Amino acid sequence: MFDYFVKRILVMVLTLLVVSALVFIVIQLPEGDYLTSYIAELESQGESVDPQKIKYLKEEFNLDYPIWQQYLIWISGVVQGDLGRSIEYDMPVVDVIGEVFLFAVVLNASVILFIYVVAFPIGVYSATNQYSWGDHGLTFIGFIGLATPNFLLALILMFLAKKYFGISMGGLMDPEFEGQPWTLSKTISILEHLIVPVIVIGTSGTAGMIRRLRANLLDELHKQYVITAKAKGLSSKRLLVKYPLRMALNPFIADIGNLLPQVVSGSVIVAVILDLPTTGPLLLDALRNQDTYLAGSFLLFVSLLTVVGMFLSDLLLAVLDPRIRLTGGAEK
Amino acid sequence: MNNRLEHYVSQDPFNPMEVEKLSPEQEKFYMASQWRMMWWRLKRHKLAVWSGIVLLVLYTSILFSEVIAPYNLQTRNPDFIFAPPQSINLFHEGKFMGPFVYGLNYKLNMDTLRREYTENRNSIQPIRFFCRADGYKFWQLFHSDVHLLCPAKDGTLFIFGTDRLGRDIWSRIVYGTRISLTVGLVGILLSFLIGISVGGAAGYFGGWVDSLSQRLIEILRSIPELPLWMGLSAALPVSWSPLAVFFGLTLILGLVDWPGLARAVRSKLLSLREEDYCTAAELLGASPQRIIYRHLLPNFMSHLIASATLSIPSMILAETALSFLGLGLRPPITSWGVLLVEAQNLEAVELYPWLLIPAIPVIITVLAFNFFGDGLRDAADPYKA
Repeated sequence: MFDYFVKRILVMVLTLLVVSALVFIVIQLPEGDYLTSYIAELESQGESVDPQKIKYLKEEFNLDYPIWQQYLIWISGVVQGDLGRSIEYDMPVVDVIGEVFLFAVVLNASVILFIYVVAFPIGVYSATNQYSWGDHGLTFIGFIGLATPNFLLALILMFLAKKYFGISMGGLMDPEFEGQPWTLSKTISILEHLIVPVIVIGTSGTAGMIRRLRANLLDELHKQYVITAKAKGLSSKRLLVKYPLRMALNPFIADIGNLLPQVVSGSVIVAVILDLPTTGPLLLDALRNQDTYLAGSFLLFVSLLTVVGMFLSDLLLAVLDPRIRLTGGAEK
Repeated sequence: MNNRLEHYVSQDPFNPMEVEKLSPEQEKFYMASQWRMMWWRLKRHKLAVWSGIVLLVLYTSILFSEVIAPYNLQTRNPDFIFAPPQSINLFHEGKFMGPFVYGLNYKLNMDTLRREYTENRNSIQPIRFFCRADGYKFWQLFHSDVHLLCPAKDGTLFIFGTDRLGRDIWSRIVYGTRISLTVGLVGILLSFLIGISVGGAAGYFGGWVDSLSQRLIEILRSIPELPLWMGLSAALPVSWSPLAVFFGLTLILGLVDWPGLARAVRSKLLSLREEDYCTAAELLGASPQRIIYRHLLPNFMSHLIASATLSIPSMILAETALSFLGLGLRPPITSWGVLLVEAQNLEAVELYPWLLIPAIPVIITVLAFNFFGDGLRDAADPYKA
């Protein structure tokens, strides 16, 4: 178990290193950099460009070095907890994304929680009442949830809420709380504003999870040990909870690997539409303005979320399922 | 098991050379090819069939966009900015008139400074069929001006209303279908090629090729798709022509999407390469490439096609999302996502809700692809009970 643990951590760190390099290349792909567009903007406004400032900016952001050196400088900083400076905001990246980071983690965690809480009872009901009206209805709703793109769902919900209830669901909290110290009512306001994004982001994941849980549970229910247990007179509820349900629970944990990237992707675009101060709008801006270190840190951060999530799910699975831990994963 | 046959033992002496006679119908059934059996199976899945028909109609429509749309893509009606959808009526005051729309009266409300349109019950504008209106260059080859539907002479026909430049939204959706539906196809083609090659090599050769590609897939999968797409499409130079951006975008969609497919191919090949016929082909001197493409891949081609069908909608959605965010396609190239950019402004949508209509074809297409792909996947293995 310990060997497995160490191995997985090593793989995770390596993965993150490669991801960071990939991310850095992707960010640097556009022609020019922030500085060139900055100078061009100043010149188009007829303002003179202070060569002193340019020189300072170039030195500050290592813009004169080749890309690989810029990467090395950045990544050695990241390892020490220094994510670099945001050119756009002229602040350390850590300060820009600090609060956002927390909120994104809270948001994504609540989405996953929502998916579990909703998918579990529905999936179990659908499987135990296969082909009933309830099952058909829920499957249909699930399909629609799966197929409706979540950013459209967000858009439509925003539209309906505004049209019929006259409320704006965007933003993180009611405007009057912004800049205020933390109070109970501010927390409540934030929680209220969390509900819609969580539902919107979670819908497709929930639908997928229901379908998988249903399929898995149905597979288990048709196995012979279930028939044996029934023949021996075990009550159907006790039987269900004691054996097949536990087997069918595996995907709940194993699927975090699939679920997390999906949720993170979803939260990025939904955040743009609902104007939530999480990864979405900031990432979009950073990408547009070629704010290299900010965008890079964001992409690295969303990857970190998924990689750590997958790591945790692997660990949990290994604890729950000795077959995985003993084969150690890759070998055949 | 209730209607069991009666116990029956034939009195004839046993003849080992006897061949069971098949009736023509039975023969047709037993000798059917795998693809034919898949078709039979698919036909039983009603929802999949209907979805397939919807998709077929949509894809056929992209060949005739110019004819189906009553207006051209860029035709502006400066007198009808943000005009509401005109409903198509059949009866006027209890009298059957054939399909027609009421004309629109326009008034600028000086208090709210809003454009207000009201139906003019006196102006009946019959819709014309197969008629001449805006000229266009059909398939970029020859000039024509025939449309399936046109407004009455000097009238208007805005089935889904108009946008801020007075362009007919229905026509723009019809043209947008062309781009939105092809983005997914081109993208999936690319991801298919990469996925099969990488997955095939990994599964067949195993060893370091396998571990290398496995690591690569793991790394790619750990970056959430949408942010990666956003980063890559932000890298498309602004100086590119919209068409070049379109191809760049399909390239990006394909480049990010292949790992899932490669995984499926690999795991199948790992088990299939141990089969006897594969060893036989090897002993006969077939090259690895030939064994993979000729002997192994056809075994689960149907599965691959089914899973590809299921991943097309995610590409269509990605394009829509990226264009919506302003990172994807740009006008004058018009896709559903580009049309939805107009719906980004919630105040506008509140006043002119028909700006949201382009979301409907997106949802329909994605649903249809999902149902159809599900049916295909069930049918992909017709030998299974």
